[in-house]
Amino acid sequence: MQQTSPLLINTIPSPWADSLSPLLLEEEKVLSWITIDLDTRLYFAEGIAIVTTQRLLVKMASDDAWQAWHYQPDVMLTQRDHAGVGYLELFDGYSRLAYWRYRLGNDLAVNRLIESFAQQRDRHLSGKVFSQDEEQARCPRCGIALSIDQDECPVCEKQTHAPPSTWTLLRLWRFAKPYKGRLLIGFLLTLCSTAATLVPPYLTMPLMDNVLIPYQNGQPIDIELVKLYLSGLLGAAILAWILGWARTYMLALVSERIGADLRTTTYEHLLNLSQEYFGGKRTGDLMARIGAETDRINLFISLHLLDFATDVIMICMTAVILVSINPWLALVTLVPLPIIAWLIHLVRDRLRIGFEKVDRIWAEVNNVLADTIPGIRVVKAFAQEKREAARFLAANQRNLQINDRVNRVWSLFTPTVTLLTEIGLLVVWVFGIWQISKDQITVGVLTAFLAYIGRFYIRLDSMSRIVSVTQKAAAGTKRIFDILDHVSSVPESINPVHLATVQGRIELRNVGFRYGTRSITRNINLEIQPGEMIGLVGHSGSGKSTLVNLICRFYDVTEGAIIVDGHDIRSLPVTEYRKHIGLVLQEPFLFYGTIAENIAYGKPDATHADIVAAARAAHAHEFILRLPHGYDSLVGERGQALSGGERQRISIARALLINPRILILDEATSSVDTTTEKDIQKALDNLVRGRTTIAIAHRLSTLREANRLVVLDRGRIVEIGNHVELMSREGYYHRLYQAQARNVDTEERGFIPVVEPHSVVGDHK
Amino acid sequence: MSHVPTFELLRNAFGRLVFNDQSGVTLEGVIPVRSFPITDPDQGIALVDAHGHELVWIERLIDLPEGYRQLIEAELVSREFMPEIKRLHKVSSFITPSTWHVETDRGDTSFSLKGEEDIRRLTNSSLMITDSHGVHFLIRNRLALDRHSRKLLDHFL
Repeated sequence: MQQTSPLLINTIPSPWADSLSPLLLEEEKVLSWITIDLDTRLYFAEGIAIVTTQRLLVKMASDDAWQAWHYQPDVMLTQRDHAGVGYLELFDGYSRLAYWRYRLGNDLAVNRLIESFAQQRDRHLSGKVFSQDEEQARCPRCGIALSIDQDECPVCEKQTHAPPSTWTLLRLWRFAKPYKGRLLIGFLLTLCSTAATLVPPYLTMPLMDNVLIPYQNGQPIDIELVKLYLSGLLGAAILAWILGWARTYMLALVSERIGADLRTTTYEHLLNLSQEYFGGKRTGDLMARIGAETDRINLFISLHLLDFATDVIMICMTAVILVSINPWLALVTLVPLPIIAWLIHLVRDRLRIGFEKVDRIWAEVNNVLADTIPGIRVVKAFAQEKREAARFLAANQRNLQINDRVNRVWSLFTPTVTLLTEIGLLVVWVFGIWQISKDQITVGVLTAFLAYIGRFYIRLDSMSRIVSVTQKAAAGTKRIFDILDHVSSVPESINPVHLATVQGRIELRNVGFRYGTRSITRNINLEIQPGEMIGLVGHSGSGKSTLVNLICRFYDVTEGAIIVDGHDIRSLPVTEYRKHIGLVLQEPFLFYGTIAENIAYGKPDATHADIVAAARAAHAHEFILRLPHGYDSLVGERGQALSGGERQRISIARALLINPRILILDEATSSVDTTTEKDIQKALDNLVRGRTTIAIAHRLSTLREANRLVVLDRGRIVEIGNHVELMSREGYYHRLYQAQARNVDTEERGFIPVVEPHSVVGDHK
Repeated sequence: MSHVPTFELLRNAFGRLVFNDQSGVTLEGVIPVRSFPITDPDQGIALVDAHGHELVWIERLIDLPEGYRQLIEAELVSREFMPEIKRLHKVSSFITPSTWHVETDRGDTSFSLKGEEDIRRLTNSSLMITDSHGVHFLIRNRLALDRHSRKLLDHFL
């Protein structure tokens, strides 16, 4: 009996399994189970529901015993959901026997539970043995059917994403790695140049002890000695200058490249993310991340990190030199260091949170702009300039507020470090004078110490600044890696199937899609033959666009599968698959560039002859020639203004040029008037010929050519047939058509005076 | 002021609300829906049929007779799931996606936050957090949370 491969009892979490196993009868097998995480009052609680070959078993953690329901005629297990919470209900013919609640998470498991319940019930009643649709491999965890070439379940794989680690800055190493060699040279240069800068203070010691102090005590100045020391000073300064220049240039070069790589990689990754990601993000925020954040990181690496490394090296070297001169004085000098380090550590956390907040609020300010400026016509039409200004003001106020709070901590920081520096110097003076009075050190040693420590503390002060810039850079890095870590919800298959040519046979098997908690489509079954034209009809919100988005794989189905030429589209490489699809949208988008470039967007290597042929077929050739620069006219933002119909014909030419096997027309003629629509319709007729076409149209009259019309309502298919069949059936389509026929009459009458001047204006453009 | 409604409402053995109007139409599976579930939950409740068409508009629930009110309230309670976070125990990381372990008015639970943009500011002090499955968690007054929770939450605001 090849059933849904019986689950072993050990897949059930152990506390449940322990109390279940004595209960199971001989021959009784566990088929599927789900965990229940809510009680009927919607409080969090734990429970489990299990379908076995004999019955349905349920136990909540608070129950003492298992509840069981045996298979009887009319029992039915159903599921529905609302706002993220599912209902699992058990009915017999007369009433509801029981119900359970759970948070949505694993839809497939629930569906499988219901499916196996129904199968077992039918088996018990009829004694019939069910053969699973073929002997298909199934994911052991969620039970979804896997195609032959898939080893891992695409659904389960998607759900297991580990949160990224906290050491975000270190992750930049991935981008620094290619420049290892140059970084090493830069580091060695840093080491040498720092050592060179430490020579001058050292020379003050003999200068003081061997020249100045003896002179004060009545001895003449030894000119030769002075020359030697001073040339040493000059030499060290020049060496430090050359080395400093070399290392700064080298490291700036590298950091600029790292920044550029980071930017490009982030943008490339962003482009590959699914439509879903862009739906949930705001343009202003994404632009800020790729632009400003990468720049900040870049600056951090080239300037601050470099300075910090230099500082650390200098402190280490200075410490070694000081100890070698006089360990006791060195000890006293170095005492304030841990205090300052502790202070830095104390402020670090607060500042990091603060700077992250500042970034976020900054993005919010940007978002207000990104919202308002594109919608400026609406703002002006409703005279809401004041309100928008107030919104901007509010965002700005919050920006101020948060900045004020950060600055309160930050402003205290630098003066404190300066104070500590002064106190540190004071301590060195006191201890130094005391040691000189005891003849333990010379005046030269104290001078050298003071010279060193002056630099030393200045560096500490600037090092304290690294705290804030590091935090800022870490915050920026985190936001960049937020994008980079985002796994596309339309993942590439691990071992993809390459299709050289596509015939265009599309099969939708039990397709369901859920957006957030809203179930948008359910149980869609449809087979589309190669070359067939399908019209999708239904009210707005009936799931037409969703279906098209699923076929284009802008989103992945949550249930079932979409199969093109016998392959699940999830097993095909995404971009390769989309090359076979031509898409004409309601609002054609033209990029900034020439008309020729826009037509050749999907096939940049197209010849001019190809482009002209496509434009001719799309009935765009003539109006393009009327433009002052023909095919070289600039369009898109800041370019030549084109009417809606003209833009649409360019986008049709664009789709024609890539010669796709599958064509999708998403309300391609909706945004233009009826006269223009006729032109576009002619262009579309050329496009549709010989291709599998799926067309969505608001005006039913434009779908007359379709082989079959699929009528959708609330995410389900309600009717399928051609226009004549559906009209004679007098069902849903008939009503829709009648309702529209009345509207179209009035619409057309209303249009006539508008259309005439419009076309005249169009000619003069 | 309680006036007599122009419809009849009862619950059948299948646990569904059944609606009878004056013209004798009977509809099963009627659902009450709040118009402003967050900003003004008690004002404006609509009874809609299984297809989402509005049947009755109830301005205020207290205008209805006791029995109907209880039926509707019971149905609303079983449909509304917006746990209110009382305490944050632990968050797995300050970088999203992160798992939050929280105490709510409906017991302890955990959920996964996909991104900071899923935390929506309702008013200055109240927040709505949408988890990765679309369940909404409410924080009515974040300033009234305990120190530990406020500190954790602060990382995400």
